Amino acid sequence: MPDAPKSNSDSLKKLYADMLLIRRFEERAGQLYGMGLIGGFCHLYIGQEAVVVGLMGAAQEGDQQITAYRDHGHMLAAGIDPKAVMAELTGRSTGLSRGKGGSMHMFSSEKKFYGGHGIVGAQVPIGTGLAFANKYRGNKSVCLTYFGDGAANQGQVYESFNMAELWKLPVIYVIENNQYAMGTSVERSSAVSDFSKRGASFGIPGVQVDGMDVEAVQKAGEEAMVHCRAGKGPIILEMKTYRYRGHSMSDPAKYRSKEELTEVREKRDPIENFGKKLIERGVMNAEDMKALDAQVKAIVIASAEFATESPEPGLAELYTDIYA
Amino acid sequence: MSTEILMPALSPTMEEGKLSKWLVKSGDTVKSGTILAEIETDKATMEFEAVDEGTIGEILVLEGTEGVKVNSPIATLLAEGESAGAAPKKSKKTADAPVPAGEDHKVVADKGAEKVVAPKTEVAADPEIPEGTEFVTQTVRDALRDAMAEEMRRDELVFLMGEEVAQYQGAYKISQGLLDEFGDRRVIDTPITEHGFTGLGVGAAFDGLKPIVEFMTWNFAMQAMDQIINSAAKTRYMSGGQMSCPIVFRGPNGAAARVGAQHSQDYSAWYASVPGLKVIAPYFAADAKGLLKAAIRDGSPVIFLENEIVYGRSFPVPKLDDFVLPIGKARIVRPGTDVTIVAYSITVGQALEAADRLAEEGIDAEVIDLRTLRPLDMDTVLASVKKTNRIVTIEQGWPICSIGSEICARVALEAFDYLDAPPTKVTGKDVPMPYAANLEKLALPTVDDLIAAVKAVSYKE
Repeated sequence: MPDAPKSNSDSLKKLYADMLLIRRFEERAGQLYGMGLIGGFCHLYIGQEAVVVGLMGAAQEGDQQITAYRDHGHMLAAGIDPKAVMAELTGRSTGLSRGKGGSMHMFSSEKKFYGGHGIVGAQVPIGTGLAFANKYRGNKSVCLTYFGDGAANQGQVYESFNMAELWKLPVIYVIENNQYAMGTSVERSSAVSDFSKRGASFGIPGVQVDGMDVEAVQKAGEEAMVHCRAGKGPIILEMKTYRYRGHSMSDPAKYRSKEELTEVREKRDPIENFGKKLIERGVMNAEDMKALDAQVKAIVIASAEFATESPEPGLAELYTDIYA
Repeated sequence: MSTEILMPALSPTMEEGKLSKWLVKSGDTVKSGTILAEIETDKATMEFEAVDEGTIGEILVLEGTEGVKVNSPIATLLAEGESAGAAPKKSKKTADAPVPAGEDHKVVADKGAEKVVAPKTEVAADPEIPEGTEFVTQTVRDALRDAMAEEMRRDELVFLMGEEVAQYQGAYKISQGLLDEFGDRRVIDTPITEHGFTGLGVGAAFDGLKPIVEFMTWNFAMQAMDQIINSAAKTRYMSGGQMSCPIVFRGPNGAAARVGAQHSQDYSAWYASVPGLKVIAPYFAADAKGLLKAAIRDGSPVIFLENEIVYGRSFPVPKLDDFVLPIGKARIVRPGTDVTIVAYSITVGQALEAADRLAEEGIDAEVIDLRTLRPLDMDTVLASVKKTNRIVTIEQGWPICSIGSEICARVALEAFDYLDAPPTKVTGKDVPMPYAANLEKLALPTVDDLIAAVKAVSYKE
């Protein structure tokens, strides 16, 4: 969305670069966590990059985003400064929330990113409310409301579906099905595992999408945007994806086999596969990729340095930002 | 022998009503289910059906009569073969007499919260209201509606949503007429989905709209507690001040009358403990209006706790084009020298009545109406205690971790040297609200409880 690319080739390169930035950023965040520089819970987005990058490729100026606590990728894709995100992870005064939110609670009014919510499923009615605001104001904006296969079993999701369809609200419900709600697989938690059908009893259409294919995601996103902007109400996009790391940094992920993970990494990796396509199509060559990699690495290192060198918030900050 | 048809109680809080229209006349035969009359309660106009068959004898209360007490005879019903002149038999305590008549009438009037008589004492003028301001008498219900209507006229971003707020005109008629004036874009009936519509309201507020979310009662808001606390109250802090949630959650709080444990809880202390929320609990109509307008304009989430029994009470409201009161300021509603009584919401009425009775016994009580529970105006409370050296708080909520607990602790910490007696609280009892009329009365704080507590701290038994 930010820095709109000029040509098709530019836009493809941007998709690749945005995914790569998230991957490298998250790897670095994992490292900083291991060093004790990031505290608490830290949920990495590695493996799922194509979902948010593809959808932001379909979004327009003014569209909103909201998600749960696995949110670093969404913020980077929205064009939020990686330095501010990383500095929030380290709890510094230069962080997006001035060190008072942490990994799970970050917001940017400017970039229309509405969090960053720590309670599973709570972002769904809020995202529906953002869509309500679009309709109330009579603009054409759409709210991308992300949640996981775990949150899809929360009651408030269905309360939201009902109102969104009843009032024809412009909201895309993106169900990021990474197959595990923390340690519980979809098979063990969901009576009906096809999440694209979860809106059926409300009359909300749903589509299953290969969430590891950024172009497929973008295309599905564009079609969903057309649906919403035409005033036809909400739509569900189930993104079939996979997270490589544990649920959070403290999760050893013993509930799945090494083989399962290895197979996804080798065969379905969104960045690897899209990179190959770009080379095959002649959009980028090996040298371009190397240069881009170095560029992304430099951004991430700079953000890590910024995040470790910035001061912690002043003690007076304890009592600020409570009331408007 | 004819029987009496009695004025029915058609809502839990109804004590009297208007006989709007008779649909039968003397001589008409009726049977069970025949609609006899239209009766206006404190909430709505309802049809009143016959239970027994017979012939209407005499119409005792003409249509259009207001203030007809529940259980007073409104007509006579003749059995087969009787003439209109037959002496009416006192009705039995059955079906169409939902509450007993005659000597038991006092129990009826006292059901639920203690019947509060209008205080004889002049209520002290609010220093916020300019001298010489003209007043009109208005119910709390109408004051709340006017506050919303005025703010909706003033700001296009303000809208009202909740269950039955639009077409039904409000379950307690607080939103009467708003749909007609503002249309269904801004006065929105929701499905019964508290968790969902609360979150939706929060999202709309994040985007800069100014929602008023009505809970039919605060009891139902427990379904939405996560959205109120985790999403509305904490986001400004978690976002480092970037994102605000300008939203008002409002509705009736505390005990109504005879609606049992799940519909009779005072949530004041719960919400007042949460940083990020402002909590308002007015008693007088002027405060309801001025503070609701302030709440709607406030950039932070505001919990606005009303009281069903107080909705129908009338008080003077300043006749000003734009009457807005500051949030966070208590008011001395009755100045006094001997003891400080701190009350809020419906207990302000009880405190004023207690003060009148105490005055007859030579105790001059100062009554403070907190009006706002968060931020709590301790300055006003402490200044009063430093003058009177005694304090008693009163609230309907449970005793443990109550508003009174907080005030007594703060007074003990900050005015210990001024105290001549232990800070004392009068609260609801530490039990779920019982249904039985006598037990419900026992569970709620009474004027007598308050008077006893005041005498205890005054060492006058």
